[in-house]
Amino acid sequence: MNNKLYGNLIFELSRPGCRGFHLPNNPFGKHPIANELKRGSDAQLPECDEVTVVRHYTNHSGNNFGVDNGFYPLGSCTMKYNPVINEEVAAMPAFANLHPAQPADTCQGALAALYGLQKALSEISGLHEFTLNPFAGAQGELTGLMIIRAYHQANNDTKRTKVIVPDSAHGTNPASAAVCGLDVVEVKSTPEGTVDTEHLKQLLGDDVAAMMMTNPNTLGLFEKDIPAITKMVHDCGGLMYYDGANLNPLLGECRPGDMGFDVMHINLHKTFSTPHGGGGPGAGPVGVRKGLEQFLPSPHVVRKGERYEIVENPFGFAPDAPTMNLGTFFGNFAVLMRAYTYILTLGKENLKNVGKLATLNANYIKEALKDVYDLPIEGLCKHEFVFDGLKNKDTGIRTMDVAKALLDYGYHAPTIYFPLLFHEAMMIEPTEAESKATIDGFIEVMRLIANDAEHNPQRLKDAPLNTPVGRVDDVLAAKHPITTYKQSIDEQV
Amino acid sequence: MQYKFFPHTEEDIKLMLDKIGVPSLDALFAEVPEEIRFRRDYDLPSAKSEIEIRNLFGNLGKQNKQLTVFAGGGVYDHYTPSIVPYIVSRSEFLTSYTPYQAEISQGTLHYIFEFQSMMAELTGLPIANASMYDGSTATAEAAIMAVASGKKANKVLVSETVDDKILAVIRTYTHFQNVQIEVVPAEDGATSRTAMQEKLQQGGVAGMIVQQPNKYGIIENYDGFADDCHQQKALFVMNSVAADLALLKSPGELGADIAVGDGQSLGLPMQFGGPSVGYLCCTEKLMRKMPGRIVGQTKDNRGQRAFVLTLQAREQHIRREKATSNICSNQSLMALWVTIYLSVMGKEGLKEAAQMSVDGAHYLYEKLIHSGKFKPAFNQPFFNEFCVKYVGGNLDQLQQRLLDNGILGGIKMADDMLMLAVTEKRTKEEVDLLVSLVTQ
Amino acid sequence: MAKFIEGLYYSESHEYVRVEGEYAYIGITDYAQNALGNVVYVDLPEVDDEIEAGEDFGAVESVKAASDLTSPVSGVVVETNEALEDEPELINKDAFANWIMKVKMADTTELDNLMDAKAYEAFCNK
Repeated sequence: MNNKLYGNLIFELSRPGCRGFHLPNNPFGKHPIANELKRGSDAQLPECDEVTVVRHYTNHSGNNFGVDNGFYPLGSCTMKYNPVINEEVAAMPAFANLHPAQPADTCQGALAALYGLQKALSEISGLHEFTLNPFAGAQGELTGLMIIRAYHQANNDTKRTKVIVPDSAHGTNPASAAVCGLDVVEVKSTPEGTVDTEHLKQLLGDDVAAMMMTNPNTLGLFEKDIPAITKMVHDCGGLMYYDGANLNPLLGECRPGDMGFDVMHINLHKTFSTPHGGGGPGAGPVGVRKGLEQFLPSPHVVRKGERYEIVENPFGFAPDAPTMNLGTFFGNFAVLMRAYTYILTLGKENLKNVGKLATLNANYIKEALKDVYDLPIEGLCKHEFVFDGLKNKDTGIRTMDVAKALLDYGYHAPTIYFPLLFHEAMMIEPTEAESKATIDGFIEVMRLIANDAEHNPQRLKDAPLNTPVGRVDDVLAAKHPITTYKQSIDEQV
Repeated sequence: MQYKFFPHTEEDIKLMLDKIGVPSLDALFAEVPEEIRFRRDYDLPSAKSEIEIRNLFGNLGKQNKQLTVFAGGGVYDHYTPSIVPYIVSRSEFLTSYTPYQAEISQGTLHYIFEFQSMMAELTGLPIANASMYDGSTATAEAAIMAVASGKKANKVLVSETVDDKILAVIRTYTHFQNVQIEVVPAEDGATSRTAMQEKLQQGGVAGMIVQQPNKYGIIENYDGFADDCHQQKALFVMNSVAADLALLKSPGELGADIAVGDGQSLGLPMQFGGPSVGYLCCTEKLMRKMPGRIVGQTKDNRGQRAFVLTLQAREQHIRREKATSNICSNQSLMALWVTIYLSVMGKEGLKEAAQMSVDGAHYLYEKLIHSGKFKPAFNQPFFNEFCVKYVGGNLDQLQQRLLDNGILGGIKMADDMLMLAVTEKRTKEEVDLLVSLVTQ
Repeated sequence: MAKFIEGLYYSESHEYVRVEGEYAYIGITDYAQNALGNVVYVDLPEVDDEIEAGEDFGAVESVKAASDLTSPVSGVVVETNEALEDEPELINKDAFANWIMKVKMADTTELDNLMDAKAYEAFCNK
């Protein structure tokens, strides 16, 4: 990675009259648009030659750090290796050049792949049927909750407007519930970090639509009371929603369907290796147990004999909303192709070992560092675990400083200040793709930082020094928002 | 356990288990109740080598037909300059995540800032976010934004000329939010301004949503619509095909408060409909009601200009159930795609590609009408997509004949109505072939 | 240490009310600004807005947190502190001097539901 900043904006490289692209000669004659429909002034886009554009973005890539650069233990994000073969398959012209309005007869290969992925996810999760349409985990949550509301509505059970969410849950859970018009109720965690079933009992009633859970939870702990919890919620008439954000450690070990969950989403960009792309696109397929499949969104791929077809699910929640649509077509198709490639590449023999090795790596780091970092909850973790800052609380060094120091050593930082249960949380998730040697290197650096915290704290306060930019002023950014080049120019004048 | 994506040797595993203090990998799951352990193999195919994977997907690909595309309906077969996929595939971009650690994410933060700047230029509105999933969800979020910023108004008007698929997404997103959707009828394929005014006067309207070009490819004249809305304290929301804004009067020029749409037309491959990228731009007044991520300019502690995720207090990870939206991610990589596309096409190239698409569409339209087999469906101006009525026989049979000749011949809008689209990629030979096949 | 001023009324959601005749000056307490950190934005209500006690009337944002403002009293907004639009940090400098809105109260008995300085200090230290 760069240790000096390449900081230009493409607009600053623009020179009037430069061009980076030429069209063929226009053989169709001129058909100008009427003046009253045309824009008054041109959009001020950059004017650059091709060489300038290539160098600009190549240099910017050097300011970035990805999984291919090094260890990326960002908790809850499952930053595993993204196999290159996935990219090759997704870019095949036979798939990339398909128009979504093509008749089913002319895209049987694409439909076969979508159908195959639906079935593979069903087998891996233990749920009956999947939709691949949701664009991301958050949209998957929204889809799942809508399915749950539709189910209750179909049963004329309309007073169920409450969703129970653990206090350790991702912020998305309550936000999705709110978008779905549901009221969020938090259930407390026990001192051992799992759901307090006594408290849960008090919250249950005939107004509960569902309970949303991740398992393992955001502390990386397996909710071992899950059979009892699902029974309690089902007994009161609610459904169980599984947030698939933390599915990776369960591959080969345990299935959400077998735990008693009714509806779930899977983040394909986590567990199934599709690249995170600087924040997206991801994909958030949603699975349901038998009896809920009629509530899945449209369009949906089905197999009839040897042929694949696209159907609109005839179900809707209201007369004016005859189908449930989360987007205009089949979701993030090229992302789905990558995930399917991953599943077929690993096959049943290797998929089943993912969970074991991810869990091995996480526990190994935890045990190797718990004498210098504060481990609030002892015991086995799954794919990740949370430290509450340094064990020595007297150094003045905070989790933020540890994170920034890690950048100087060529590691991405863990997820910090989440979950909110601990003030100095640092959430570490190594994934199965990291070798013992990589992890040993990380452990050594984490110990060096802990040592510096006691003997050379200023060094950590100053970190990072070897990155393209130093610590940034986020108060300035929020107080005087400059979000476009035009605003930044206006600011200078 | 040896596998190409798992770097552990048997000895590594043993040493690590010893450090943890458990006897076996299985013992790492000791707390999982036995009744829910998964104790069999997945019923899935066996592992495949890269050679087998290539063959498998190569064979699946052969079951897809490669067609010359004259269909649009929101997804257009524009040309992608070769440098775009080349740079987007750089793994420093591809394999990074959301730029939480600004110090090692300036690459991502810079291009998102450039993306925001370019979308603001195209739409003529001052503020843009870091992107949405696609045009339809961006439009639904705009409807929710309008309701959130309107005082107790919960009605959203949607023109009948907005794509039915987008309307279905708006209905899905707003269904459980106490938002009332009303459709404003059209005349001769264009939104009826009188009908809109009547509905606005009934009161309680938070926003009005229109589309440009509309679902029939028609360029509507929206002069005065924004004023009508603002008089009744409603927001004017415009969904536009991004590339077409190179030539068309911008939402900002038309007084829109929110501009949304799909960025697929900016050089993204069709990819069977996804991933695409949505944009959402707005006035400064609405900035803090905007969903999704936003990148802002700031300084680092060395005095350098730097960029950072900002205005995060609106977002789900802080506001939880009070957030303006549940969106977490953006379509960052597709935003990069669009940004490089716009950089290399530049100010002139984008206009030229749009004009050539318009020219091709009008050439085709004239040939079809001239053939006598088609009649105009509307008497309205259009961009690079248009509707015609087939009077030469059965439309299904015609579309099948085109397919048999390797042509995706438009989208059937009604029993006798066909919608065709042309982009700068279509050659005169391809257009003439289409004409000769339909006039046979 | 957070400041607590005698003579003001305090709500459990950390707003204070300074009463002058039938008018109430409402802002967030010193304790609240301290918990939020650097305030970067204040979402002000609009003059003439009718507000009910217990209803949200705006929000205060810092970089990493946001807090809705809940009105302790009912009435009509007669003025907002526009200086906060450009300098939201005034709240950090002196939360009690920089009120957010001035309300013409509809029902002064609502003040009886609020805490005095001593009770509020005890509430914060709980």
